[in-house]
Amino acid sequence: MMHIPTWRRVLIWLVCLGGLFFAAPNLFYDRVETANDARAVIETGQTNPELEADAGLWPEWMPSGLVNLGLDLRGGAHLLAEVQVEEVYAARMEAFWPEVRDALAARRDTVGFVTREEGGDPSELRVRISEAAEAATALEIVRGLATPVASLTGGGANDIDVRAEGAEIVVTLSEAERAATDDRTIRQALEIVRRRIDEVGTREPTIQRQGADRILIEVPGVGSAEEVKEIIGTTAQLTFQPVVSRTGDANESPGPNNEILPSLDEQGVFYILERNPVVTGEDLVDAQPAFDQNGRPAVNFRFNPTGARAFGDYTAENIGSPFAIVLDEEVISAPVIQSHIPGGSGIITGNFTVEESTQLAVLLRAGALPAELTFLEERTIGPELGADSIAAGKVAALVGAIGVVVFMILSYGLFGVFATVALSFNMVLIFAVLSILGATLTLPGIAGIVLTVGMAVDANVLVYERIREELKTARGPARAIHLGYEKALSAILDGNVTTLITALILFLVGSGPVRGFAVTLGLGILTSVFTAIFVTRLLIVMWFERRRPKTIEV
Amino acid sequence: MRLRIVPENTNIDFFRAARVTFGASIVAMIASIVLFFAMGLNFGIDFRGGTTIRTEAESPVDVAAYRQAIAPLQLGDVVITEVFDPSFGADKNVASVRIQAQEGVESITAGTIERVEEALKGVDPTITFPSVESVGPKVSGELIQSAVLAVLGALTAILFYIWLRFEWQFAVGAIAALVHDVTLTIGIFAALQIKFDLAIIAALLTIVGYSINDTVVVFDRARENLRKFKTMPLRDLLNLSANETLSRTVMTSGTTLLALLALLVLGGDVIRGFVFAIFWGVIVGTYSSIYVAKNIVLMLGVKRDWDKKDDPKAGTQFANIDA
Repeated sequence: MMHIPTWRRVLIWLVCLGGLFFAAPNLFYDRVETANDARAVIETGQTNPELEADAGLWPEWMPSGLVNLGLDLRGGAHLLAEVQVEEVYAARMEAFWPEVRDALAARRDTVGFVTREEGGDPSELRVRISEAAEAATALEIVRGLATPVASLTGGGANDIDVRAEGAEIVVTLSEAERAATDDRTIRQALEIVRRRIDEVGTREPTIQRQGADRILIEVPGVGSAEEVKEIIGTTAQLTFQPVVSRTGDANESPGPNNEILPSLDEQGVFYILERNPVVTGEDLVDAQPAFDQNGRPAVNFRFNPTGARAFGDYTAENIGSPFAIVLDEEVISAPVIQSHIPGGSGIITGNFTVEESTQLAVLLRAGALPAELTFLEERTIGPELGADSIAAGKVAALVGAIGVVVFMILSYGLFGVFATVALSFNMVLIFAVLSILGATLTLPGIAGIVLTVGMAVDANVLVYERIREELKTARGPARAIHLGYEKALSAILDGNVTTLITALILFLVGSGPVRGFAVTLGLGILTSVFTAIFVTRLLIVMWFERRRPKTIEV
Repeated sequence: MRLRIVPENTNIDFFRAARVTFGASIVAMIASIVLFFAMGLNFGIDFRGGTTIRTEAESPVDVAAYRQAIAPLQLGDVVITEVFDPSFGADKNVASVRIQAQEGVESITAGTIERVEEALKGVDPTITFPSVESVGPKVSGELIQSAVLAVLGALTAILFYIWLRFEWQFAVGAIAALVHDVTLTIGIFAALQIKFDLAIIAALLTIVGYSINDTVVVFDRARENLRKFKTMPLRDLLNLSANETLSRTVMTSGTTLLALLALLVLGGDVIRGFVFAIFWGVIVGTYSSIYVAKNIVLMLGVKRDWDKKDDPKAGTQFANIDA
């Protein structure tokens, strides 16, 4: 009746000891963190005595998992960005135009002259043919340019929809192609954001896709969301475009298929460029800060084979004419092509400082964002505010716990002590599981733990009150204890399952700090049920077996 | 000698003042709804969009001066509130500046924040900005939607679970108690104009979880007593169940409130609203599980042989006894 098999006793103690073992690193948070950081650096291959000393701060055989501190506790920046996927549609149409033009031009005798209608919806390409009667033929020709969508779900669909509106042929991306493009765009943006933030080397940033077209970025330890935006928001869109002419008038009409862009370092100088680039930054495989022959900071770059071929062909054909290196809609420089450049590598010079050339190389290497990011949500939390919150949370948790313990012991005497021991193990287990999962502790998360302290004793209270009741019917203390646990079980389970349901929903629907709260609340419920049902029971049984009291007072 | 908050063997008739308590609950709920519509909630930027800047300065906060400094920037609705906390020393004066969502932009631009910070530095050079949060109207709209979904989802899931484990009358009673708790919490937030943000939604759900826990314990005892005393009138039986579990209800609420009180006083101002919501909810939740949930069950009545299949003993001795 009161017997608990030895294997189960061992198991319960093992769980508790395991909890202590895994929760221990959190007691030495700074020390373990330093050691972990040092080990991470050593793993990359570099080492020095200082790093080794730091790594030795925490023994290798001990677990080194720590509870992640959320941004609201550690300080840092939280950003929610929306990727403007429509921009890619426009870019695709832009790139498609030469192909359409060439295909129609080849049949000029039938369809007549081909002109592009500009200024409309950028996500569609409108082409006017002079022989309106031949629209059907033109439609056929353009449709012939369609290719199947390259994705798993796009099965059989073409990448473009083509329709005729009088003498205009309208080309848009098909539904399936848009879906496939969106997905690619987000993945690419995600990857680029990750690489850019990693380049800066901050600790454990969170970069996650959220929903269809959003990216969640959390970077602990940075001074402001603005800094993060600067790192990721800088669209290093590199293109090499043929130069048509140089001008001082910003409002000069660039002519069809051309565009006018300002010079980066020469005030009041503008370049008229052909809009279609020879090569773009997408074909770039490497960029390194370097110095040019005059010892000025510059950036070395190298193209992939496609880019190298296009660049080689172009330079071979246009020796003596200038071409522009354009970065983010600004002309960095417009050198004259001196000779054929076959190897696919080159150098960008400009009035850079060493810092700027390094930064530029980083941006080029990380690649261009495929589309602009709009920031929907930005939060910066200063580290001092986080530290204050931790300190306040600690004090509150401690005071709350002491209050509860005193209350329990006053109410239940020795049994209250048992409940206190269970409560301590409960705390230890919460931190152990949080550490093992690498879960994030937020400020509401601390509130969740404090709330758990209050509620964790509920299961014990249920049992103890039940034991008191059973004692009244005077069937001996052993039986009362046994019945108390048995009969309180259904109330404990029903009550906790419903709370668990709410924690689960909070976790699924909530984000950031709220999610952190759901995690600690949910874990707290699980561990408190374990400690209340198994640990206190084991303690009581062990005490009972030793003392064999004739009567007990709960 | 043990501390006993509730004396042993209580025999309180919780239904005696049923009209008064139930009436009071209904009046309080109506008042909450009226307050909600009349005064509205003091929505934080999570739900209405905009920017909140927390300022910290060595000299006392001068709300009027702050307002005057920001006014020339023409940012529309700007709310400046001083923040108090017992842990702040004399040289730590905190205020919160809330700026409405700006027309046509998703989140506030860096330039705007910089200008606000510059303007405030003009008032007090020691001022620092421990946190700056900005939420665009697009996200805030979605946050409202997901918050409402979360609360409704939780209520539905609980309704379903209670229905599964008990009788539907209990489920209705439990949900009535939960709606009561949520309404009253929203009511007090409207009355006191405490900032209502995403964390408060989390608090509401916690209240839901806590209150249901309380209600379920009483219901669980009622279920047990329904099997034990097949002929006891439902009213007496529910009273007996409530009296038997009263000590536990008060103990658990006591320990929880004790822990929350520590957090409320010492936990810092950042989560005070959140903790206050839960604190209030625990009080209201305890009340509702005693005075609301049971009343509904009594009104609806319970079919007494409902557990015949589940309980092997029920089929023999008392098989034909029905209330």
